[in-house]
Order: sequence, then structure tokens, then C-alpha cells
Amino acid sequence: MNFEFSEEQNLLREQTRGFLAEHCPMSRVRSILEADDKHDTELWGKIAEMGWTATVIPEEYGGLGLSYLELVVIAEELGRAVAPVPFSSSVYLATEALLAAGNEQQKESWLDKLATGEVIGTFALSEAHGQPTADNLTATVDDGKLSGTKIPVADAQAADIAVIAAKSGTDVGLYLVELDQAGVTREDVRTLDFTRGHARVSFDAANAEALDGGASDWGVIERLLDRAAVLYAWEQVGGAEAALEQAKEYAMGRYAFGRPIASYQAIKHKLAQMYVNNTLARSNCYWGAAALNSGSGELTQAAATCRVSATQAYYYAAKENIQTHGGMGYTWEFDCQFFYRRAKLLSVNIGSERHWQDRLITAVVNSKAA
Amino acid sequence: MDFNDSPAEAAFRDEARTWLEANVPTSEELEGLDYIEQAKLWQKRKYDAGWACIRWPKEYGGRGASAIEQVIFNQEENKFDDLPGGVFLIGQGMAAPTLMTWGKEEHMLRYLPKLASGEEIWCQLFSEPAGGSDLAALRTKAEKDGDEWVINGQKIWTSGAHYSDYGILVVRTDPNVPKHKGLSYFFLDMKSPGVEIKPIKQLSGDANFNEVYFTDVRIPDSQRLGEVGQGWQVAITTLMNERASVGGGGGGFGFDEILALARQVNVGDAPAIEDSAVRAKLADWYCKRSGLKYTGYRSMTALSRGEIPGPENSIGKLVGAPMMQDMASFGMDLLEMTGAIWDEAFAPLTGMIQAAYMGSPGMRIAGGTDEIMANIIAERVLGLPQEPRADKGMPFSDVPTGAG
Repeated sequence: MNFEFSEEQNLLREQTRGFLAEHCPMSRVRSILEADDKHDTELWGKIAEMGWTATVIPEEYGGLGLSYLELVVIAEELGRAVAPVPFSSSVYLATEALLAAGNEQQKESWLDKLATGEVIGTFALSEAHGQPTADNLTATVDDGKLSGTKIPVADAQAADIAVIAAKSGTDVGLYLVELDQAGVTREDVRTLDFTRGHARVSFDAANAEALDGGASDWGVIERLLDRAAVLYAWEQVGGAEAALEQAKEYAMGRYAFGRPIASYQAIKHKLAQMYVNNTLARSNCYWGAAALNSGSGELTQAAATCRVSATQAYYYAAKENIQTHGGMGYTWEFDCQFFYRRAKLLSVNIGSERHWQDRLITAVVNSKAA
Repeated sequence: MDFNDSPAEAAFRDEARTWLEANVPTSEELEGLDYIEQAKLWQKRKYDAGWACIRWPKEYGGRGASAIEQVIFNQEENKFDDLPGGVFLIGQGMAAPTLMTWGKEEHMLRYLPKLASGEEIWCQLFSEPAGGSDLAALRTKAEKDGDEWVINGQKIWTSGAHYSDYGILVVRTDPNVPKHKGLSYFFLDMKSPGVEIKPIKQLSGDANFNEVYFTDVRIPDSQRLGEVGQGWQVAITTLMNERASVGGGGGGFGFDEILALARQVNVGDAPAIEDSAVRAKLADWYCKRSGLKYTGYRSMTALSRGEIPGPENSIGKLVGAPMMQDMASFGMDLLEMTGAIWDEAFAPLTGMIQAAYMGSPGMRIAGGTDEIMANIIAERVLGLPQEPRADKGMPFSDVPTGAG
């Protein structure tokens, strides 16, 4: 039994945490919150220099060829720092889509640039309120030309390329689109999380090429989201952990009725509940990471499990962190808002808690039937 | 990160499995024996072959095995359903570690081998009517008389007192100092004159616990563990081991059962498992169960590396016990109008759901209530301050009791 990170991976965690403490403190997140530009380009450059964007890309495509265990370590720390960068869009989604579905030439054209961070990628699925499905998808590709509208597309203003879920006839597939072209229009949309830009992206006969290196059906999208779910869950656990630490620090220093509020059971039990939720989520994330890394047949089950528990843990920690702070927690000046905003953004970004609960039970029932 | 045993662990697992397969008692062997006789038969067989309490040193009846080997043996043993043995948990899991920490060599040589062999069963005499979560408020008193102590008072919630040979006991030896400082810790022969045991009927109708009354019961001073007045520290050793052993499992009613039920019964005209509200609840319980399982794996990894596990496992009972209660309650909801029927011949799983509903309130209280467990996490894991105590520093005899 070895259900732990290696010494090297723990060292990477320390290094990553130290780097982000220096280059992405809360004051830096705040400066993005209050700026028009929803993307910390300077931080992104440094992250790319560190090679984080290259983590799992094979060496033959200009990457570091490391494992997903290294990537989840980085994901957790980015979540902890509430980093205002397009890492999830570019690394967990666009890069993963190319690795899974790109043909050889597509991989060669884009992976090395994604690895160095000079190209930012994103992924677009949603078009309207409610759950996207193979049936309700309306974006269409006809003879290499994509038409339709995607909303919201995370980090679309920062991105150079996007992987788009679209239909050709009735067949669902993934298409690669360069965003800087005449047929593409990007309009900002305001979202809950001001530290991450989102856009409505309209395509009017934009040039698009199919990612045709593998199977092409709705299952490709589901598998892509399963993989991303594990990485998102690690970010969520990192955020939940940081929210607990912030609540704890405040409760220890804030006095009411002559004693620290951390000595009241109402507060202690709230923080204990955060610890319980975070521990369950983290342990499930270990399973998710192990399944993602080994290419296990259990991936869907493991991914949905860690995604659901991390979503719940982050939501609880983020909202109860504000509550622990009382009135001050509700002010613009305090940092509690970062976790509260990011918790919900991450929880709907690749499918809601309800969606993943449903996917989990489908996978559990299938595994029992098998 | 992988789920596999190391080569040495795999070899040990094989050895354990081979022995278990050849030696687990058959139903013919167990027939006609009561539960305690069955448990003693299996325990003695393990002891004779060197598979009892394997982590203990050999001279005390163990095997000198490592912590991870103990985990592996437990995993293999748990693959066999319905093996008898729960009656030894308190003695082996709580009294023995306390003896090993605080006892004298002659105590260990005399008592530990018989605990390992199952020949002697022990119980725990801690809680009192006026001292539960606030255990140090206990009032049973001990007065020195020559080389002996004379005990008077009452204990409560004592599991298995009626079939136990020995008990571990915390009493008040000095009421004139603050409450934690006036306690001492003993073990005693449960057949001592003046010990009277009365079963407590639980709300489920079962009677697993007892009240134990002491009237001028005499205990030799040589059966004291720790110094006079040091009983609280000794009791903490026991309690730390209790919380590790009570755990979150048990009862036989878990996620797999509620899932199976949701596939059997209908909501409207379709199987309940297709109902989205049902699926959401099942998913949450699956995630909790899975989280506990992999938290256990993380602790096992620490053991496997020869490290001490982190505090993660302290969440087990706090998560597991309320979850069982909620699953049982929901299981009966799925049955709709027949849910209340607790007739083993009629109810699914021979009434296991109803039994879990009636048993789970006790699990949320035994070995530290949910609230005490949350306090422990808050104080010992997160390092938050204790609630101020109204009786702090006060001589025990001056502490208000609410008893008029």
C-alpha cells in the first residue's frame, strides 16, 4: 500500500506553495479583482517559466512528461492561492483535449506552444441555461466552417485557441478554432468571479478543424470532463483548505464577550465540519489522482466522487468562512469573497454538483452490473 | 501512488489468508454455542497459532507484528462474514494498551496473554450518571484502607459487565482538589464482593449495557495504574484507544444495502434508483463512505512506512454514525408505508434497516458524542482554544451539580 505522494512530489508542493505565496498573494488577486484585465499576464508568464503548463505534455511534444500526480499538486496550490490565471482552461481542458483527441499534426502544432504558455487554450461547451447534452447542442460545423454561439467561455479573451464541442450533421465532435480570425467575435460577460474573465463567443463560418485523432462522439466530451473533474477537484480542495485556514486565523484573533470566538462551540463545530468535509474530499481526490494517473477503468467513478465531495467541501468552507468573520467578512475589503466567488465558479464550470452526483450513481450502478 | 502491497506485505497477506482459510470455524463447530462461547473458541484458536493480537510482543501473547501487518490481518479476517469476537474489543483494544503504558511488568505477564487468548474478558467502568461527556465529573469514590481501597458509587453504560472477568475503573480519591486532579485508575475483579450489575434496557429493546453498583468493594493497591491522583492521564490513554476502535463501521447496514434497496423498490412506476432526488442522496453517502475508505488508506500508508498516521482518522465515527442513521431513515422512506414494519420475516434484509435506525442513536453517543468528537477535532487537530470552564481550578466538592 502506497497511497501517498512521493518525496519529490512533496518537495514540488512546497516549492509551488512558496512560489505562489511570493508571486500570487491575496493582494495580487485583489488587484485583478479591481482591474479591467481579468488575467494576470505577468503571473502567467512566470507560471509558464516554471514549466507548470508543460507538466503532463510528453517530452516529444515539448513538455516535461511528468505524471498527473505532479499536476494535481500544482492544481491544489493554484486553488489555495485563488490564482487569477487561465490554467484550468488551458491545461486541464484544451491541452487534455489535444492529448486525447488531436491527430499527430495537431499535437505537433500546438502542444509545444501550450507547454511554453505562449499559446493559451480554452474549451467551450455551454450554449444556454441548463445542462448541455448531445441533443441540445446547436453549434455546427459544415465543411470546416463553425457557426454558433458559446456562453460562457472561460478565459476566452486571454485564449489564442479554443476546443469547441459542435455538431457536424448529427455527429458530435471536438473542433479546434483559432480565436484571432474574422469569423470569431468575443464579448465580455460579467460573471460571479471577477478574477477570471469569461466571454460570449460567436462563430460565423469560422475556420475550424476537427480533432480527429481518436473517437468522435459525446463520450469524448464526457471523458474529457472526467479527467478535468479530478484536476478541478484538487483546486477546489486547495481553496477549501485555505478558506478553513482563514476562518481559523480570524476566529483565534477575534474576541467577543471577553474571549476568542474560536472558543465557542458554535464556531468550533463549524470549523470541525470544514475539516471533516475537507478530509473526505482530499482522500477522494487521492483516489481520483490515482485513477487519472493509472488510466484506471474506475476513472469516471473516482472523478465524480472527488468532484462531488470537493464541490461540497469548498462551498461549505467558503460560505462558513464569511459567516465566521461576521459583518467584516461581507465587506469588499476582506478577502473572504475570493473563496466564495471561486467556489461557485469552479462548481458550475464543468458541470454542477447535481450533474456529477448523477454521473456518479450511473457509474456505480454500471460497475455493480459488470 | 499505488494500491498494491509491498512484496513483504503481499507475502504476509498470503500467509494470513492461507491460515484463515484453513482455520476459520465452520458453522458445525459453532452450533449450539452461545455468542461468548463462539467468540472464545475462535479467539483461542487464533491465540494457539500465534494469530491473536499480533501486534503485541510475543511474551504477552502476541506475534510481534508491525502495525501494517495488523491492518492486513484484520482486512483478511474481515473478509469472512459473521466471525464472532466483538466481546474482546474493550479488553484488547482499550484495557491492554493502558496496561502496556501504565502497568507493571508482572501485570502484563499475568493479564495480557489471557486477554489475547480470550480466556478473560474485560469491561470499562468510566461513565457515571453525573459524568458522561464531562467524564472527570465522576463521583464514585475510593478510600484507602491499609493496602486496599474501598469503592462506593455507581457506573453506567458498561458494555458487557455481566460477562466480564475484569474491569478498568476510574474513581475519585480526593474530592478536595480540582476535578481532574482527584482521580485514580484501577482494575478490578468483576466477581469481587459488593459489585452488583443491572442491565439497562435501551430504546431499541436490547440490553447491551449495564449499571454497575459498588458497595464497599475492596481493590488491592497493587491494582492501581499510575499514581494516586494521576487517573485522568491514565484514562486519556484508554480513551484515545477507544476512539480508534469504536470507528464508523458496524451494523451491517451501509451504502451497498441502501443502493440495493433503491434498485428493488419503485418511486412512482420506475425503480427508485432512477429518481434524481434518490440519486443525489445516494451519491452523497457514496462520497462519504469513499472518503472514509481512502482516509483509511492514507493512514495505512503511514503505518506501512513506519510513520504515525495523521489526525485524519478522527473523523470516522463523526461521519459514519450519523450517516448510518440517515441512510436507515431514508431506507424506510423508500419502503413508503411498509417502512415502519420491523418484522424480520417481512422487512427487507431481515429488518436490518429498522435495526440500524434504532441502533444508530447509540452509535452517535458511545465513545464520545458527535459534539465531543467535534470538540476533539477543533481542539486537538485544529488547535482551537477550549471552552472556558465554570469549574476550573475549583475543588471538586464545591462544583455545582444542578442536583438541588
